[in-house]
Amino acid sequence: MLSKKTKKICTAAALVALAAVIVCVGQFTKSTSMLRTVFQLGAIYALLAVSMNLCNGFTGLFSLGQAGFMTLGAYTYAVLTIPSASRAGVYYLYGVAPWLEKLELPIPAALLAAGLVAALFAYLIGLPVLRLKSDYLAIATLGFAEVVRIVTASSPLNRVTNGSLGLTMIPGFKSYYGIFAVVIGCIAVIVLLINSTYGRAFKAIRDDEIAAEAMGINLSKHKQMSFVISSFFAAIGGALMAMYMGAISSTTFTIAVTYFILLIVVIGGMGSVTGSILSALLVIASREWWLRFLDQPLYFGTFRVPLLKTGFRMVIFSVILMVVVLFFRKGIMGEREFSWDAIYGFFKKLGSKKKTEVQAK
Amino acid sequence: MDAFLQNCLTGLSIGSIYALIAIGYTMVYGILRLINFAHGDIFMMAGYFMIICMTDLLIPWYLSIILVIAATVLLGVCIEKVAYKPLRSAPRMSVMISAIGVSYFLQNFATYLFSAQPKSYPTIGFLSKTVQIGNISTTLVTFVTPLLTVLLVIALVMLVKKTKIGMAMRAVSRDFETAQLMGIKINSVISFTFVIGCALAGIGSILYFIPRSSVYPLAGSLPGLKCFVAAVFGGIGSIPGALVGGFLIGLSETFIKSSAYSEFSDAFTFIILIVVLLCLPTGLFGEKIKEKV
Repeated sequence: MLSKKTKKICTAAALVALAAVIVCVGQFTKSTSMLRTVFQLGAIYALLAVSMNLCNGFTGLFSLGQAGFMTLGAYTYAVLTIPSASRAGVYYLYGVAPWLEKLELPIPAALLAAGLVAALFAYLIGLPVLRLKSDYLAIATLGFAEVVRIVTASSPLNRVTNGSLGLTMIPGFKSYYGIFAVVIGCIAVIVLLINSTYGRAFKAIRDDEIAAEAMGINLSKHKQMSFVISSFFAAIGGALMAMYMGAISSTTFTIAVTYFILLIVVIGGMGSVTGSILSALLVIASREWWLRFLDQPLYFGTFRVPLLKTGFRMVIFSVILMVVVLFFRKGIMGEREFSWDAIYGFFKKLGSKKKTEVQAK
Repeated sequence: MDAFLQNCLTGLSIGSIYALIAIGYTMVYGILRLINFAHGDIFMMAGYFMIICMTDLLIPWYLSIILVIAATVLLGVCIEKVAYKPLRSAPRMSVMISAIGVSYFLQNFATYLFSAQPKSYPTIGFLSKTVQIGNISTTLVTFVTPLLTVLLVIALVMLVKKTKIGMAMRAVSRDFETAQLMGIKINSVISFTFVIGCALAGIGSILYFIPRSSVYPLAGSLPGLKCFVAAVFGGIGSIPGALVGGFLIGLSETFIKSSAYSEFSDAFTFIILIVVLLCLPTGLFGEKIKEKV
């Protein structure tokens, strides 16, 4: 066991190291560098994964509505922030709704609004839907996401969401660090929530609903709370994604996006925040960088390596998901969190093993 | 009036295809308590099998149909053995994630093999012929689909009610463990359920894609979700319920599509789902389940 003080120092050192890496990447790489993409996209997916984990992993509500809340967040953010000068260009086909013409919120306000809109919808949809049992809940939330997607692209909203054409010219942070600030802030809030009494109530509900109720936990209130908060942060993740991509349409956030986030959560471990963050970075780095070669044909002299062509990467990802579900059900971290004790214990074990080996000789 | 009848016919036709797929959901759910998320994608793969058989291998249509159904059944049973069987005793969420994983895999695999571009579906000459009844003109396949479906459903109900394996299926869906104690071979019953579900999905896919004439990797996901809604509407676990649910969803969808709100036809299906789950959680024909502590 390590003393509390050592652990604190270790944590501080690790955080400083992380910040240093982010700053180094920000300072010393070109804006087209792969590292930047991986870090920014990884951070956004980390937030999305942690928010999904709050609902699915910590509270045990199997919700698949992520994509719907991301759409809500992304559209709210985009509609509120597109500069009024470029609105005429963006809405060239349908024209812009009169109340929107002059509207232009600062980025933080728009982010907050994005989260609040999604939270409102989550509250309304949660009232009926959260009474359902696990698998019905999954289908109902999946259906909700699909409804959101259809409604955003529908013609009555043409003058707000630009129908099926989608929105472009979405402004982002001037600085490279903006996204990290938002993501770290949001994840910190989620971690605080999970460690609070509410968080313990969530875990109790996950482990045994009936026992939790007998202990005096108000089930519907806590489920609703977890669902709403999870959607709030999913929407902020969606807004960050809109910011990162600069253009969105109703087909940006499909069911496949929800599945991809689920893949990250499962690989990281259902019920582990650090697991989700780690796995988001790993999965994004593999998808955008390390495994890119799988999509290109590869030649050794005249020999063409079989199987490699467009789409193989995603096949590998789905196989990984299946392997994790079937054989390593706990993922990287299981329900545990990252802890210095675990690392210390691991090295100590390794050391003692070596010692005994040496003695045996 | 003509338009009304025309819509009725189209609605019944699409509704009966939904029913065929919904039966696959409803039977698997009845026995395993698992939403087979991959079912819609099995349906999509069946579409590609038909393209391979008829367009690439130039096999005549009557043989192709048999091959497609056989291949679909094989795919379904393999999925059950690989992805669901090892998780029999695992928490429900793991099995569900596994099902989602299979669905994700099939979509990506289809994109990899056949590219994301729609592929044109082969035509079966006599099924695409136009038939004229009064003032309604339609293709023969639209006309044949509901009849075939009703026949299949009757056959299936007979199978479940009268045969030994049907009795085993009913017993397993009532109580998994007791059925096992009575000497029912659970695994063969489950495999048989998948055989039936996938065979119907194969037939459904042929009937579905002939009038639509193209297949793409995501072609199964939305119909799959809708068919699940149909299964829930009719009462999960009930075969006639799936038929009625399929017809109702198909008809309502067709009528909305022909009205001014055509964009919202898919959204409406999910609103039905939420309303049904709230007001009538066991569906139209489902058995009432008591929650045990």
